[in-house]
Amino acid sequence: MAYCASQKIYETYKAFEKQEFFMPFYETTLIIRPEVTAQDADKIAENFSAIVTEKGGKTVKKEYWGLRSLAYKIEKSKKGHYYMLGLDTPSEAIAEITRIAGISEDIMRNLNVKVEALSEEPSPVLKEVSK
Amino acid sequence: MSIEATTNLDNSRGKVFFKRKKSCPLSEEASPKIDYKDIELLKKFISERGKILPRRITSVSSKKQRELAAAIKKARVLALLPYVDNN
Repeated sequence: MAYCASQKIYETYKAFEKQEFFMPFYETTLIIRPEVTAQDADKIAENFSAIVTEKGGKTVKKEYWGLRSLAYKIEKSKKGHYYMLGLDTPSEAIAEITRIAGISEDIMRNLNVKVEALSEEPSPVLKEVSK
Repeated sequence: MSIEATTNLDNSRGKVFFKRKKSCPLSEEASPKIDYKDIELLKKFISERGKILPRRITSVSSKKQRELAAAIKKARVLALLPYVDNN
């Protein structure tokens, strides 16, 4: 097989992505074990912010949703600390976050979503708590 | 086939069937944005069992149904919504 078209498209995309202005927004949500204290959970979330800064991005938004009960059991626990980070960062940081979240035993779940824009208002989840 | 059946019913038994005008509850300008974090909104579009309701029931437009399904699935990953609700 010679040089195929899809490969060329992929390379163009990679080149585009490497340029400095290309910084997508991400929303990263972490679920931390309920046994961890709120302060330690905050430190864990801070560590992730540090990773992002290291990779050349920044944390635009940080939300603590509290110790919420889960809809189903994860790793035998019924509750978890929820943290949501709004990030403006290159994709390398997201890869690193996923890697570390997989290794860490304190983190039960993580979800990274690429978004068009980060809203400045608090998430709908928080409104529900305040009701 | 189903169309014929309904028209027959209309004529023979003299019953009148009203077709309710349905419009998508998520396509209006004032309608809320679909977000995987908005659990209260997503809960309206799942059954008691936790299944995603078909759009013939909720009258959500095809485009919005796709967005909605994706949002519900994301919420499930984060244990905000159940995969299966056995209560």
